[in-house]
Amino acid sequence: MASASPLIRLEGLSVSFDGVRVLHGVDLDIGRGGTLGLVGESGSGKSVTWLAALGLLPGKARIEGRALLDGEDLIAASDRRLDAVRGGRIAMIFQDPASALNPVLTIRRQIGEALALHRGLSGRAVGAEAKRLLDLVGIPDAERRLSAYPHEFSGGQNQRVMIAMALAGQPDLLVADEPTTALDVTIQAQILDLLDSVRRETGMALVLISHDLGVVSQTCDRVAVMYAGRIVEEGPSSRLFADPAHPYTRGLIGALPPLDGSRRRLVSIAGTVPDPRDPPPGCAFAPRCLHSDRRCTGDVPQIEPIEADRRMACVLAVHRRSEIAARAGREHTTAETVAP
Amino acid sequence: MLRFFSLRVFRALLTVTLVVTFAFVVLRMSADPALIILGPEAPPEVIAAFRKSWGLDEPIWVQYVDYVAAIFRGELGRSMRDGRPAIELVAERIPATLALTLPALALKIAIGIPAGIWASLHRGTFVDRTVMAAAVAGFTVPSFVLGLVLVLIFSVQLGWLPSGGQDTWIHAILPIVTMGVGGAAVLARFTRSAMLEVLGQPYMRTASAKGLPWARAIRDHALPNAAIPTVTIVGFMVGTLIAGAVVVESVFSWPGVGRLLVVAVSNRDLAVVQCILLLVAATMVLSNLMVDFLYGFLDPRLAAGARAGGH
Repeated sequence: MASASPLIRLEGLSVSFDGVRVLHGVDLDIGRGGTLGLVGESGSGKSVTWLAALGLLPGKARIEGRALLDGEDLIAASDRRLDAVRGGRIAMIFQDPASALNPVLTIRRQIGEALALHRGLSGRAVGAEAKRLLDLVGIPDAERRLSAYPHEFSGGQNQRVMIAMALAGQPDLLVADEPTTALDVTIQAQILDLLDSVRRETGMALVLISHDLGVVSQTCDRVAVMYAGRIVEEGPSSRLFADPAHPYTRGLIGALPPLDGSRRRLVSIAGTVPDPRDPPPGCAFAPRCLHSDRRCTGDVPQIEPIEADRRMACVLAVHRRSEIAARAGREHTTAETVAP
Repeated sequence: MLRFFSLRVFRALLTVTLVVTFAFVVLRMSADPALIILGPEAPPEVIAAFRKSWGLDEPIWVQYVDYVAAIFRGELGRSMRDGRPAIELVAERIPATLALTLPALALKIAIGIPAGIWASLHRGTFVDRTVMAAAVAGFTVPSFVLGLVLVLIFSVQLGWLPSGGQDTWIHAILPIVTMGVGGAAVLARFTRSAMLEVLGQPYMRTASAKGLPWARAIRDHALPNAAIPTVTIVGFMVGTLIAGAVVVESVFSWPGVGRLLVVAVSNRDLAVVQCILLLVAATMVLSNLMVDFLYGFLDPRLAAGARAGGH
């Protein structure tokens, strides 16, 4: 990654609530039109990362670091500037579409607000554009449905409305926070297809936050795995899923049932996510890690390149590197996959 | 929709019937109007004649059937003291009461709702704690205590305002403030908690995420939702417009419906008491119906439920 000028770059983004740090210096780049999946257990900081970048956390949250959108730091930006960015440059959709939409306002009004704010539309133009957006996200009979309220839609349709609302400002980046978690499995696939197709049509970048590896692998070019408020591994999704490097990523993938091949026992990761008020010394995953030794309880491992285009935060990185180098020699692959 | 409202109307009538029946029975069981009005020294034959002329010698259920039948003919009975129709006695007191309760209601709304919103937007700060401390003080002090304290300060000590009577609008100030303070305190607390509930909802975050300035998100997204529970309390206050001033009218010797009720009860002037209670039950029930109707207007989910013939 690390292209010349990313659309958005997070630098050392940290968040604390009441003195308890829940996000520990997240670094992340997203290029124009790129797709990044952010995975991890609940409480790992996936959502907080983006809520912090967009200034959507409650006032008591302390945020450090920078979130650079085309070089402009959003953390230091004024409220007014943030209002222009939110919905205009970066849109966000949420987990439970039914409660994310205002129950007492019509769909037309809720989509219209974004159109008026970011596109300067008014009067009849709002209705026409809102109808076009509803058509785009696949709501049948859009004209009539514009005057409906959220409770008159199904969960999947509400998420389509949320997506239409997000697209209203023609954003450069859509952050989808667990967009399919609250939906039926059959609807999940439809929503993911929709996200994928509108992304292709509009050329916007997409961040897909999910605890579901399947959802992410299907939609995203790159994946970042978070654990206890840190990114522990990041890389192209094909390679990350085929050959996970971090013990936590390996654990996550090991816990997935294979679609083909022989049936095997699913492996769960023992233990639970550490309490952010009382983090273990050193690597936060060490107490649950099958490979941990005394090196793991020293310093917190920093995220470092392990191959071109891949990063990992684990003391085993050194071993990984030599392992990978050895394999690269065996398979005569190009130098691209060899660690720098 | 029709089923929704006919069910509501049926419940309303049931409520009025229960109130009227209860009052009827209790008033007649608790004391003998003939003895109270004529005095214990009155000769037995006078008392018997009085009882006969008012139908008090009949069994209670006969009296009740007569009473209900009269209501359906539009007759609410006559005062046992001066023989005038009870409804007339009550009706001439209503303007005086409304002259207190309507401005007091306006005061409750004008102070209580903004204070509640203000506190909710500054949750946990000094502003919030001050407003809520004032609110707790406001509704824990009974109105007769507050009324007397105000009289002590503004009439006795400062001499600015009269302590009782009904001659000019200045006489109305202290009773209105006395009633307004308690109601404003209740409304402030309800509005605050309704707002806090709404502010924590995911759709408020959606509003911010789409770039709506915070002040507009509050106005367009939070207030319409917080209005729903607040309307319930305001509706309850509207229901007490007629009879909500009993204590304050007594403290400030204000000749309204409340004082008429106190006098009529102690005299066992049955028709007048029943007439007032019927009126009170009817206003309460009517304001509840209005609240139900407003719900349908404020909350599209309920309107849909009503159209579908739901609860």
